This record gives sequence, C-alpha cells and structure tokens, in this order.
Amino acid sequence: MTLVYAITIAAYVGCGLYMMLSRHAVRMVLGLALLTNGAIFLIFLSGRIGSSTPPVIPQGADALAADAANALPQALVLTAIVIGFALTAFAIALVLKAYHSLGTLDVREMKAAEALGAPDAPSSSRTVTNPQTVTNHG
Amino acid sequence: MADAATLLVLWPVLIPIATAALTAALWNRPVAQRRIGLASLALLLVASLALTAAVIDEGVIAKQFGDWAAPFGIGFVADPLSAAMVAISGILAFAVGIFALGDIKERHERAGFHPLFHGLLAGVNGAFLTGDIFNLYVWFEVMLITTLGLLVVQRGKAQIDGALKYAAMNLFGTILFLIAVALLYGATGTLNMADLARILPQMEMSPGLTTSALLFLAAFGIKAGVFPLFFWLPASYHTAPIAIAALFAGLLTKVGVYAAFRVFTLMFEMEGGALREIVAVVAAMTMITGVLGAAIQWNVRRILSFHIISQIGYMLMGLAIATPVAIAGAVFYIVHHIIVKANLFLLAGAIKHAAGTDDLRKAGGLLKSHPWLAVLFLIPALSLAGLPPLSGFWAKFLVIDATLREQVWWLAIVALGVGALTLFSMSKIWMEAFWKKPVLVRARPRTVPVVFVVPIALLGAVTLTIGLFADPFVEYARTATAVLVDPTDYIAAVFPGEEPVRTVETALPVIATEGAVE
Repeated sequence: MTLVYAITIAAYVGCGLYMMLSRHAVRMVLGLALLTNGAIFLIFLSGRIGSSTPPVIPQGADALAADAANALPQALVLTAIVIGFALTAFAIALVLKAYHSLGTLDVREMKAAEALGAPDAPSSSRTVTNPQTVTNHG
Repeated sequence: MADAATLLVLWPVLIPIATAALTAALWNRPVAQRRIGLASLALLLVASLALTAAVIDEGVIAKQFGDWAAPFGIGFVADPLSAAMVAISGILAFAVGIFALGDIKERHERAGFHPLFHGLLAGVNGAFLTGDIFNLYVWFEVMLITTLGLLVVQRGKAQIDGALKYAAMNLFGTILFLIAVALLYGATGTLNMADLARILPQMEMSPGLTTSALLFLAAFGIKAGVFPLFFWLPASYHTAPIAIAALFAGLLTKVGVYAAFRVFTLMFEMEGGALREIVAVVAAMTMITGVLGAAIQWNVRRILSFHIISQIGYMLMGLAIATPVAIAGAVFYIVHHIIVKANLFLLAGAIKHAAGTDDLRKAGGLLKSHPWLAVLFLIPALSLAGLPPLSGFWAKFLVIDATLREQVWWLAIVALGVGALTLFSMSKIWMEAFWKKPVLVRARPRTVPVVFVVPIALLGAVTLTIGLFADPFVEYARTATAVLVDPTDYIAAVFPGEEPVRTVETALPVIATEGAVE
C-alpha cells in the first residue's frame, strides 16, 4: 500500500514539476496545484497507513483504543488543503488579471516589471543624455 | 513564571490580527483605518518591547495553547532571538506605518492596504514566535498571501507582472517547505521544535531526514533570496509602493534567514555532511551576485533590491561558520540590517519625492536643496557599507572576525570585497542624487513631507544607537546565541517538569489545536 502511495506521490510531484517548467502561466498554476496535492499525499503517508478505526474514545474508557488511527496527519492535511485551495484560487485570479492587463499568458512576453527602471531603457519619454552614462554602458 | 509574562508572547500576534479584522470591517472608511492602524502599531511596539524586556529578565518564555502540554499542542516560544526579531519588527512597522500616511494613496487603501499590512505583521511575528514547525509553515503562508495582496494594491502592469513572478517562486518554496515538514514528521513523529531538538540529535541521518534538511534549506533559501533562488526579488520589489517595499525589504527575507537559523541550530546540526560547505559557497555567491547586480542599476529601488540579496550572504556566512561567535555576529547582523535596509527604502521614497524621479541619471542637486536629507541618507548608506562607527561596521566586523578565526580565508576576502563594492553603490546614489548638478533645475524645490522625515530620522537614530553603543547589543546577541547553540533552556521552557510520555492514546488532543490554526 505504501508503495502505491509512493508511486502516486512521485507521479503527482513529477507532473507538477514538469508543468511548472512551462512558460504558459496557466500550466504553471496547474503544476503548482499538482505539487500541492503531492505534498498533501506525502503528509498523509508520513503518518503511516494503518488501521481505519476512528480515533474516538469509547464510552466509559479514558483513553483511545491501541489500534486507533493516527489523527494528526488528517489535521495537517486539512490545513494544507485549505491553504492550498486559497493560494491556488489567488494564483488563478492573478493569472486572469495578468491576461487582462498584459494581454498574454506567455511569461517570456511579460516584461512590464523588468521595463520599470531598467538600466538600459529610460522609463519616461523624456530622455536625458548624460555622457557618463553612455560610456558606462557601452 | 508569572502568567502575565507568558501572555506577553501572544500580544505581538493578537494585536495585528485584531487590527487586520477591524480595518477590514471599516473597509470604506480610510480615515478611521489610518487612525486605528497607527494606534495599533504603537501598541504593537510597546508589546514587543515589553516581551523583549520580559525575555531579558526571565529567560525563555513559552506558552502552550489550550493548556495542551507540549508536544501535543501548539505553543509559542520567545527565546532571546525571537524576542529581538519581534522587537525590531515592531520598531520597523511603526516607522513604516508613519511613512505610509504620506506615501499610501487612498486608492491603495480601497484595495485593502490596511488589513493586508497588519495581516503581514501578524504572519511575520507568528513565524518568529511559533514553537511548532507545521505552525511555522502556516505563518509562512499567511505572510505569502498578504505579501501578494500588498504587491498588487497598485494595479499597474508592472505590479501584476512582479506579483506573478513573486507568486510562482514563493508558492513553489512553501510547497518544498511542506514536503520537508512531511518527511520530518514521517521520520520523527513530532512537529514540536523543542521536541525535535531532543529527538533529532539522537537519530541517525536517514535518507528521509537528509532530504528533509536540504528541502528546508531550499525553502528558506527561496524565502531569504539566496543565490541561485533570488530572481523573484529584483523582479518584484521595485514595483510596490515605497512604504510596502520598505516593509518587505526589512522583514520578509529576514524571516527566511531566521527560520534557517532556527531549524539549523535547534534541530539539524550544521556539522556533518556537506551542509556547511554548501551554505558557505551559497553565502559567497549570494554576496557577489547581489552586489554586482546592483552595480549596473540606475534606479534607486532596483539598486537597493539587489543589495538585500548581497547582505543576506553575510548572514548566511554566520550560519556556514556555525561557531557561537559567528552565529552571534549573524544575529547582530540581522537586527542591524532590518533597520538599515528599510530606512534606505524609505529614503529612496524621499529621494523620489524630492527629485521627482527614482532614476539616478535624471536626479541630482539634492545636497543643495535638501541638505538634511543628505545627512539622513549617509547614516544608513554608510552603515550598509560597513563604515565605523555605524552599526554595519560592528555587524561586518563580528561576522568576518569569526570567519578569520576559523581560517576560512576565501570567505573573509569575498566578504571584504563585497563590502567595498557596497560602498561603490552607495556612493553612486550619493554622487548622482545628491552631489551632481541637477539635470533640470526646479523653480521651487519640492519639499519632502514631515511624515517621510520622521520615520527616516527615527530609524537613523536606531542605527546610530546600535553603532555608538554596540556593547549591550553584542552582549544580547551572545545571549541569544547561547540559547541557539545549547537549546537546554529552550527545551526546559517548553517542557516544564518531567519528560512527557508519548503514546498513541494521547495523539488525540493535537487535532483540536492543529485544526484551530486554519
């Protein structure tokens, strides 16, 4: 069972990494989502796959049964899912906004931030020629 | 330990969270938001200084939530390092809060500046204070989402582009962090940092643990902006409004450095394996690429963004050398750098306001029109370059001295060379913005608002204080290092009384507290 999980996690992380390397912003977000899911599976697996007895203290007893499931990974997974969901939602909104304002989803064509105050391109239309600058930059 | 003192650990997180909620409720009333925000920042400053005073008096303070004894519940722990980070963040946040009154426009406020600003402070302070590694991940995510929000309060093309690049790299970093936590939990069965500090030294480094350690290094490296993982930083920081960029520059990368120090002193040993060598090379490359990247820039904010990176290298040097002297030097360096770097960004805002541009080629003549601004610029600029008697001199002296004691000559030479190049960048800003004749002379010089000058002067005074009266600060850094190197006090504060017995039965309470974090 552990091996099945391990292969699943490897597949998720592998696909996620491959998609993240893409220059298409939407594929990147999908890659991030896959990677998050891989990490979530890993947390689940690191709590060990064991019994499925619910970790509830029976009536009259003051402690859990010895074979109760480990509940901590589920708490962690729940937290990670919530955070992952929020961040993925934000990332999608950001990509949509980028598509609207930059008009492209290819990250190679997104240069607005680089152009702002770039050393080789004066940002405003008023170009001031400074002989020192020219020599310094060739 | 008095109960009031343990509660002090909570205020630095509770105050900003409450303020974030309150300012979010008052979304359409910017004036009320501003007043509440500033009052809250003053309160936060008092609370964080009180926490530091309490830590100096009583040693490490720990608070377990919901009275679940460690390691089952989540706890906050304030050791001298955390307390110092919280205090310095409090000072910085207060200064930036004043600056924001003049810098942040109403359209930024309508885009949610105030709730995001205070949310970020809550995330930063939570990351400094938490005693649970999964909880640290949660605070990292709180920081990340508020940072992304702040990057796009001004919705220009450059801001959206910068935020997208920031998001891609940092989201990836937090996933690496999460994977590292999962591997660590799989190997040790606990998430409590003090508990890990007890268990890990007794364990063999299995492949899982080694992977976990390296993933922690990569995740914190992305957050701290080290070579070769820093590209998101100069791609995004210069696009944000100045007050926001100053807060980022002062705090965010340093949270990554702090987390690296916490994990690699308390939990994993720097000895053994190739970890020390890796960190040493990374530190050197970070210093060099950062400072060379800055050398070709003409935009003040871009120059300063690259300098954040190069300065991170000095802090990592302390971690690479890993002797108590080196770590003390690095702790001192972090505290000094947070103030100086944020101050330089605020000054970049003032320069931009006074000169009407932040392109150095077009600026000039500020020495004549704003002489006092020039003086205020010299304090953090020379401190960053490491000239005596300013705080940067002591910081660099301590770190490089420790490197020489360990006879790592090449690293010391790199550090000294990078210091000289830093001076080059700072003198470039000085020559171009202040000294040189203005390119276009204004009929009436633009006055810099008082709300810009007050925080700059305040942070300058802090830098001067650290520089001129360095002794108590160095002494404090040594105390902080003593707790980092020998975590007995840290562990004793988290586990008062006898050693708790861990059994399957008692795993239940953790759900309640872990679940409560979301």
